[in-house]
Amino acid sequence: MTPLLRLRDITKSFGAVRALRGVSFELQPGEVHALLGENGAGKSTLIKVITGAHAPDGGTLEVGAETLSRLTPREAHRLGIACIYQQPALFPDLTVAENIALRLETPRATRLVHPRAQIEKAQQLLARIGADLAPEREVRSLSMPEQQLVEIACALGSGARIVIMDEPTASLTQKEQHLLFAVVRDLRAQGIGVIYISHRLEEIFALADRVTVLRDGESVGTNPIDDINESSLIAMMVGREVAQIYPPPESAPGEVALLLQNLGCAASGILDVSLEVRAGEIVGLAGLVGAGRTELARILFGLTPADTGEIRLAGEPVRITSPREAIAHGIAYVPEDRRRHGVILEMPIAQNMTMAVHSRVFPGGWLRSGTETALAKEYIASLGIKTAGPEAPGGSLSGGNQQKVSVARWLATRPRMLILDEPTQGVDVGAKSELHRIIRRLAADGLAVLMISSDLPEVLGMSDRIVVMRGGTIAATLPGGSEASTVMAAALGQRAA
Amino acid sequence: MKRYARELSVLGALVLILAVLAVAAPSFFQLDPLRSHFTREVPTLLVACGAALVIICRQIDISVGSQFGVCGVVTGLLAGAHVPLPLCALASIAAGAAMGAINGALVAGLRLPSIVVTLATMVIWREGLRLAQQGQFINLPADAVWFGLPLATGQTVELVAALGILAALTWASTRLTAGRYIYAVGSDAEAARLAGISPTRVTFGVFVLMGALAGLAALANAVQSPQVDPKSGTGLELKAIAAAVVGGVAVTGGRGRLWGVLCGLLLLVTINPALTYLHVAAYWEKAIQGAIILLAVVADGWRPRSA
Repeated sequence: MTPLLRLRDITKSFGAVRALRGVSFELQPGEVHALLGENGAGKSTLIKVITGAHAPDGGTLEVGAETLSRLTPREAHRLGIACIYQQPALFPDLTVAENIALRLETPRATRLVHPRAQIEKAQQLLARIGADLAPEREVRSLSMPEQQLVEIACALGSGARIVIMDEPTASLTQKEQHLLFAVVRDLRAQGIGVIYISHRLEEIFALADRVTVLRDGESVGTNPIDDINESSLIAMMVGREVAQIYPPPESAPGEVALLLQNLGCAASGILDVSLEVRAGEIVGLAGLVGAGRTELARILFGLTPADTGEIRLAGEPVRITSPREAIAHGIAYVPEDRRRHGVILEMPIAQNMTMAVHSRVFPGGWLRSGTETALAKEYIASLGIKTAGPEAPGGSLSGGNQQKVSVARWLATRPRMLILDEPTQGVDVGAKSELHRIIRRLAADGLAVLMISSDLPEVLGMSDRIVVMRGGTIAATLPGGSEASTVMAAALGQRAA
Repeated sequence: MKRYARELSVLGALVLILAVLAVAAPSFFQLDPLRSHFTREVPTLLVACGAALVIICRQIDISVGSQFGVCGVVTGLLAGAHVPLPLCALASIAAGAAMGAINGALVAGLRLPSIVVTLATMVIWREGLRLAQQGQFINLPADAVWFGLPLATGQTVELVAALGILAALTWASTRLTAGRYIYAVGSDAEAARLAGISPTRVTFGVFVLMGALAGLAALANAVQSPQVDPKSGTGLELKAIAAAVVGGVAVTGGRGRLWGVLCGLLLLVTINPALTYLHVAAYWEKAIQGAIILLAVVADGWRPRSA
């Protein structure tokens, strides 16, 4: 049987980062092919190459009878490739039928709209996937899985032969998942090829015919689902580690700095989290994207206050309802995505560093530039920030140095508890190990550090203890130096192997 | 020098116009008419400072012209009832601040878009004033006009006071934490929030300050003539925003200097008398002002991101 899709040796780099290093992949008609890998293994990049969002640097794509070196989104659409994303991209103010019609019709401003025909077409497509949805409903009023059904109907209507589903069940309830699974099986029966991405192993075993594991931009292997079990999949995902030297702990942990007891927040999906972080200790918070790690950090920083449970700082119970209060309690939060929420690019780095400490550095609200410059110079020297000087704008620095500015801002608050969210994401290797040394030194100076990271070797190498989150709660607490496969198994929700 | 490229190029354009005038129409440089002309623009300068701060905070306030009108009537009525002028001033500022607080509560508190909120309050204040005042002018007692001083002295006092206020606001915007917060919130409200700054409070405060400055400006305007026109301030918001934009305040928020606003305003208001003295039809004034504003926005678009 000729495959629907065959990728050969696809490579793709972003600057110095090699996202895909020669990936080959194949999809048969009537097959559900699961794609699995850690965060950053290259799954999203591969999908974007297939949908035409990224042009590969090398390799070929064979779709049906055509062999191409790259696709554009328009060609991908023409060749019958459709992607259903986690967050459906529909127009909320239009009806189901209008949304479907917009996708199917060639965009031409002068085309007449035929509401009757639109509704009939929508009914027909929705019936094909067994979806019980009125085409006149506004998309705004649909639940998440109903919106996904509309997306699938669009895909079918445009004659899609290849349907990509990117973590489709991430925001679905159990019941809704079963509805979706039935639709996926239905697609398979119609001879459509489905590329199914999910972190949930039980889904993969329930749905997939074959599974391909990606790691560090390479395909580790493709196996029929019957030839493989959960442990071997995890072993494939984790692989052997790249040797990298992490600074060793310098002192024994001290008193408990932060204690969480049964902390929960309905709005951010966190339930029943209990953990402790001691002074001088680095606790690594591992888990997959969406496990609730950033949400937990946001609770601790007062951005989405907890509604159940207790937070104790140095033994004292506290309520934290705003970042201001969190700062007053000695909590510092270096957020993920420093370009958006960490460093203000047009502001000089000196001003960036004093942003959280105005009342301390400038009593009376009067900014003395001498004090500010002195403080900036101190951190530029102690963190080794490479810059033209305190007056250089934040945007002039490299990623790693911006991250150091972000860290400096929080060190200036003299915190007791430092929360780092993906501290080395997107920084180069040199800056990364420098940041690791800085974090270790801060812990040695008595700071309690909670480090969220999706970089598994980093979590394993840096942490004195590893807390694994899954589905908004703590899945496991592991000692430092645990095996990667143990951490990954806990993050995926597998019972201890 | 590169940091002040915008302000300096605006000043350069101003100097160029003055140089042309010095050669072609030296009679332009006479103290009394110049002083009168620039004193008339003092209210605009005060409002433009407020507008600049609002824009730096990545908001907009188009209700200032109406606020200005209401405050002018408040001043006129109180002064007409022989309330001492300092008390009139306080009342005018308080009235402006109160109207600013309403804008601020709606924009910062309820997170409504400022363009719509201030469009609504602009219409409400203006039409409310028309209903209450029926277009009637208010007579000021003689001792209130120019603070009871001779014309030339009164004008000088007002000019000096306005420059003093500009200097104070410039200092405050760069040397006080409150000023720094405005820039931080305008650059990236979420980053500011994560740094413990409350974007809600800062935004509210900026609107209150805007209103207070509109009140002060209304007073500065009221004392310039023996009658207060309840329609005064119509279109003032556009002039103020134009001065801020020409003076280098980025409409995307987070960037701009208050002394630059003075440069922008000076350039815009020198065009009219310059045209008169150069015997060019004054109809060209608005077209040239429009061209300058467009040029300023284009220059902003070309400015490299890292500047």
